[in-house]
Formats: sequence, C-alpha cells, structure tokens
Amino acid sequence: MQILYWEDLEVGTEMPPLPKIAHSLMLVKWAGASGDFNPHHYETEFAMTQGTGGVIVHGLLKHAWLIQFVTGWMGEEGTLKKFSCQYRGLDFPRKMQTMNEPVEGETWNCKGKVVKKYVDEDQHCVDLEIGVENGKGQVTTPGTATVALPSRKKGK
Amino acid sequence: MVPDSLKQYIGKVDPPHLREVEKGAIRRYADAVGDDNPLYYDEEYARKSRYGCIIAPPGFFGWAKKTISSSEGLVGLIGAMIEAGYAGILDGGMAYDFYLPVRVGDTIVVSPKVADISLKEGKTKMMILRFEASYTNQNGDLVAKSYQTLIGRQL
Repeated sequence: MQILYWEDLEVGTEMPPLPKIAHSLMLVKWAGASGDFNPHHYETEFAMTQGTGGVIVHGLLKHAWLIQFVTGWMGEEGTLKKFSCQYRGLDFPRKMQTMNEPVEGETWNCKGKVVKKYVDEDQHCVDLEIGVENGKGQVTTPGTATVALPSRKKGK
Repeated sequence: MVPDSLKQYIGKVDPPHLREVEKGAIRRYADAVGDDNPLYYDEEYARKSRYGCIIAPPGFFGWAKKTISSSEGLVGLIGAMIEAGYAGILDGGMAYDFYLPVRVGDTIVVSPKVADISLKEGKTKMMILRFEASYTNQNGDLVAKSYQTLIGRQL
C-alpha cells in the first residue's frame, strides 16, 4: 500500500483528477443507496416543473464523488477531518444506450489542490480546495477539505 | 421577511432517530458512488487495516431503523415552504466535521436541528434553510456533525 506523507506535499500540489460519468443508471442506484427518492432525479415530466430544465444529478451524489476523491487520494493512513461543498451549478446525467452503457457525452472530473499545510495539535494537516468540473470545464460543485496525514518524522 | 409560518421552525430540534450501519448498506452506497475502496466491502482486508473492520465512507451514517426516516419537523417545514410559494426545492450544499470513523455494526443516533431560515433577494427570491445534525455512536461518542443547506425557489 502506498502511503501519502505530509512531507510529500506542498502548497500548490495538485491532486490527480478523478473522472466520473453521471448517467441515469447511476442516479437510480444512488437514489436506492442513499434513500433520496425525489423524482426530480429520474422523471423528466416532474423535473420540467421544477425550473431546472430536466432531470439533474443529485447534489449529494456529487458530494459523495468528492469524498471518494479525497479519501482515495489521502490513502488509508490519512484521516478526513472536515469537508464541505456547494452545489452552484446544475449537472445533467447522460442517458443509457444499452442496459449498462451510457450514450456518448459529458465526463466530469473531480479536481483539487493543496492550499495550506500546517501542524495542528500534533496532527499534520493539509487544507484542500476541491471541486467537480463539468465537461465544459466549469466547476459546478466547489468545496474544501481538511485531511490529517502521517508524518515521516513520527516514524509512521 | 421570512414568513411566520416558517420562522417558528428556526431552532427547532427534531426527536433523535436511530440508524443502523449494515454491511450490505455500506457496500451498496460505495457501489452507487463507484468507489471500490476495499475498506468498504472486503472483511479480511479491512480487518488488517488500522480500523480493524469494515467502515462506512465518510458521509454515510447507515439507514434509519424505522421505515420512515423523515422527521416530522422537517416534513412540516418543507410543506410550509412550498405553501409560502417556494416550491422549487434544491440541495444547496453539505459540510461535515468528522471526529471518528463509522464502523460496520454501529448504531448511530442522529439529532437534527433547524439552524436558520433566511431569504436571499437576487434575480429571484430564494429561501435558504440551514440544518445541523450531530451523530453519536452506541458508545456515546460524537462521530460527526453535519451542516446542510436547502434552497427553495419561487417557480
């Protein structure tokens, strides 16, 4: 297992992007797994009454992508201490062309970088600026996270 | 001005409800996200990790023990918001402070509260609802706090 050490990071270090594709199958799975059964996320006619122009991706699914992005990056020895995200822009899922393949279209990317590096009460921390970027390169879901990491100096 | 029908909810605390953190629910959640981290499904792998067992992805606190998880206060508030003309409801954002991991088999007590209700005047009027919740495990330890924002738009 690869360990990410606090010393390996600097302010400005970029996190490798995590690509994601939102499609209707994924939204249905998310509804079932999260318990959010709002038809705004699977029924076009209802969605058209909501002033958003169609079925939209759940904010909380994008939040879960970002948490996957940060926890995957920090690795098992890292600890997520704080997290936040705001749903600023709407995202529209791809439709399906087969039972499990979405049509061609938009791909999203979780992106992020280190914006602060410090020691807080003996914990080696970094603050991250993160976000979900849509296919046009617009950040629809900006956020922040604070992660505690192992330090080489602690011999861990 | 926030209408009185909504103002009465500010500061209201919902009765705490219980959530169970089941193995299958964790796996389904991780699968729906597309997260293949073995800590969320591989028992043997997770046992050898520093957690000692399967954990839940941060932000997942299990499923409510009762069939209906929506708390009465929240349902009333959303109803009042729709009644007041803000029927276009969207999630605004989510934030957490995490203190301890959520482990498979945990029972989590969730205590939600309506922290604030405000109006935002821009191109269109929006009602902003802020909720806070604390999550405590079966040992009485605080595992996390959450801060959620909902937005009601005039349609």
